[in-house]
Amino acid sequence: MKLSALQQSYLNRRSNSFRSSGPLDSSSDSAIKSPAAIFWLILHGLCCLISLVLGFRFSRLVFFFLFSTSSTNFYTSPFRSTAELAKTLDVQSVLSTNAVPNLDLPLLNKTVTNSRVVVGRHGIRIRPWPHPNPVEVMKAHQIIERVQKEQRLQFGVKDPRPIIVVTPTYVRTFQALHLTGLMHSLMLVPYDLVWIVVEAGGVSNETASLLAKSGLKTVHVGFNQRMPNSWDERNKLESRMRLHALRIIREKKLDGIVMFGDDSNMHSMELFDEIQNVKWFGAVSVGILANSVNTDETLTDQKKEEEENPRMPVQGPACNASNMLAGWHTFNTLPFAGKSAVYIDDRATVLPRKLEWSGFVLNSRLLWKDGDKPQWIKDIDMLEGDIESPLGLVKDPTVVEPLGSCGRQVLLWWLRVEARADSKFPPRWIIDPPLDITVPSKHTPWPDAPPELPAHEKPVNVMGIQEPVVKHTTKTRTPRKRRSKRKHETRTDTQASTRHSEQN
Amino acid sequence: MIAGSAGDVLEDDPVGRLKVFVYELPSKYNKKILQKDPRCLNHMFAAEIYMHRFLLSSPVRTLNPEEADWFYTPVYTTCDLTPNGLPLPFKSPRMMRSAIQLISSNWPYWNRTEGADHFFLVPHDFGACFHYQEEKAIERGILPLLQRATLVQTFGQRNHVCLKEGSITIPPYAPPQKMQTHLIPEKTPRSIFVYFRGLFYDVGNDPEGGYYARGARAAVWENFKDNPLFDISTEHPTTYYEDMQRAVFCLCPLGWAPWSPRLVEAVIFGCIPVIIADDIVLPFADAIPWEEIGVFVDEKDVPNLDTILTSIPPEVILRKQRLLANPSMKQAMLFPHPAQPGDAFHQVLNGLARKLPHDKSVYLNPGEKVLNWTAGPVGDLKPW
Repeated sequence: MKLSALQQSYLNRRSNSFRSSGPLDSSSDSAIKSPAAIFWLILHGLCCLISLVLGFRFSRLVFFFLFSTSSTNFYTSPFRSTAELAKTLDVQSVLSTNAVPNLDLPLLNKTVTNSRVVVGRHGIRIRPWPHPNPVEVMKAHQIIERVQKEQRLQFGVKDPRPIIVVTPTYVRTFQALHLTGLMHSLMLVPYDLVWIVVEAGGVSNETASLLAKSGLKTVHVGFNQRMPNSWDERNKLESRMRLHALRIIREKKLDGIVMFGDDSNMHSMELFDEIQNVKWFGAVSVGILANSVNTDETLTDQKKEEEENPRMPVQGPACNASNMLAGWHTFNTLPFAGKSAVYIDDRATVLPRKLEWSGFVLNSRLLWKDGDKPQWIKDIDMLEGDIESPLGLVKDPTVVEPLGSCGRQVLLWWLRVEARADSKFPPRWIIDPPLDITVPSKHTPWPDAPPELPAHEKPVNVMGIQEPVVKHTTKTRTPRKRRSKRKHETRTDTQASTRHSEQN
Repeated sequence: MIAGSAGDVLEDDPVGRLKVFVYELPSKYNKKILQKDPRCLNHMFAAEIYMHRFLLSSPVRTLNPEEADWFYTPVYTTCDLTPNGLPLPFKSPRMMRSAIQLISSNWPYWNRTEGADHFFLVPHDFGACFHYQEEKAIERGILPLLQRATLVQTFGQRNHVCLKEGSITIPPYAPPQKMQTHLIPEKTPRSIFVYFRGLFYDVGNDPEGGYYARGARAAVWENFKDNPLFDISTEHPTTYYEDMQRAVFCLCPLGWAPWSPRLVEAVIFGCIPVIIADDIVLPFADAIPWEEIGVFVDEKDVPNLDTILTSIPPEVILRKQRLLANPSMKQAMLFPHPAQPGDAFHQVLNGLARKLPHDKSVYLNPGEKVLNWTAGPVGDLKPW
């Protein structure tokens, strides 16, 4: 019989608990042994039948109501596949261990009475709302922040010095792009920061509104000269603007490490950790990403060269075998000779200078009027003319400390991308009032009016916008077709249905 | 720095404080078993093999049994593995019995004390109860012949049959070189709040749940499976060790037995262990202040685990991390090869040394017998 087979297999699996209940039976009166056993068997079979009918092990509920002791709410969903099993045999085995001490198993009873840990099946405790609590999530994040701060204190840089960033900038289309990128990098720096922004053409609201979003300590000064159009002139003006910033550092006697963060560069976070190691004057390797326009010719030219690092677009210190400064890697501009951009509008490669300012860092105490400084630093106020790179500030270039495992790590990248000189952009990038160019949108197909093409456009700027207009026209045609088809179909359907209803 | 006795005790040097005599058993008890299955060297029960090797070449070893304080019997009882690598304990009682019969007939030292100055390594799931299922293990109890010996085992639970008084709890074996190779820089910020990898339900042996881990692991899953703070899953990532080093808390819940190698891994990687196992006895509990290093959560409190962990003040968490960073703590959890000062081998010897000198009652009068050599299940009495 199926039922007995089920019972049998079940008894075999539960043979352990069956065995433990055996001694109890033997100790009790033998006369009532068989009826009791049969009674339990029948009850067990009944429970099996009921479970088969219901589709789950309902006896879990029975077990909970009999034995639940804890105060936590038990989430008793009867449709869980992990329903607790509490067949009568198990109930009996638990009962037997709590019963009068049995001579055969004294140790077992001892464990149950002294320990609160019970062997056997337990319920899976689930609280009524098993989902994250937002207050606790916030607390956990605060804990993680505190742990990370401690980690930085212990394993990061010891006694970090504040960083002073010098940035020359001016208002142009790409300013928002470059300055936002730099700003976000600086907001992530875990050290104290002062950001000196020198703006060509005077202080403007445009730049001020961008800087206000940073939340950093900023010094925003203007420089009374407009940014010229040729790259050469620009570089010279930028050097003058940076010197102006250095003079401000000297006046205010700011303490820390000075780095030159050009707004068009991309800095890695490791850069700020690495420059903490500078003593007086250091140099890092800068990756040069010169946007080469004519790739074919440059490739053949480059094959002819021989350099220590052929085609390596890196500028920075070069070390000899004993990790001492031996020279400088500079970007090889020969392949671009005669083909580089002169004016900002040129569709040619924009080249970096021999050594970019951004590859150098210095201790701000070098700029102070008094205090102990090394002999080799020149006084800024005594400089005649302009300097092309910070090396112009030192009398002896061998004192420069190479950083970033002796220049082997490239910690920032140089890329000069600017828009055309006459390119316009909405002030503060807010569209108010409407732009000059408007294209009528045609999303919904108007069955009466034919599709129009916009009449007045400047050819250059609307190159990209032309295509969507074309797409629009094709779109307007097809839905109409579909629509008419659908109308036709519905008409036939209604006809069919009326016919159908008539027949009925 | 651990203030008080704990740090000092960990750095005690056992050399000179005790002498251990290693019985020379025929190789069928140790070497031949290992040769049949070399996997025994890498699984979490490998402590018995490495302890033997350590004692053979250690300065505490003495070749003169008359001056020995402790006697060690090298028998590898856990080295009978299934194809999956799990140890079968069915032959272990007979193996142990046969070894004890051998030493009691060939040397007089067993009969002198009936094993009270002998120690054995039994790193099974439930120690000398020699079974992996808790109910069966409780039923068997500790092997009757080992009633007087000192047991060095990984299993530890208070008021449990299988933990004898005076036993020394050791951590399970975790391969030291493997963990060394997966170390990441210490300044990598810890960004995972709670980390756990392992089973929540043992579908093969306990399909309905509630038996495995007393339902605690299943409770962890059901309560926190959609909680972003809990990085828990059953997957086996290759970056398991690296992830532990990026976590603040590592869960160490019980499985079929209350102990697990996760505790060792958490201590080595500086992740605060969250121990969910009622009444568990942790390794070297008399030398390591586990209460100050880890977080203990009752099994009934598992649904509130997130509240418990987030309400720990940050200073307490930082203190626990500082204590965990103590190198002597990490060293005490490992079984390195070759042995190093302060490692788990030395902690075991320290534990044995702390039990000296032996009480006079340990020595029996000649002819006096306390142990019952015929006790236990009938199957155990068969020869091995």
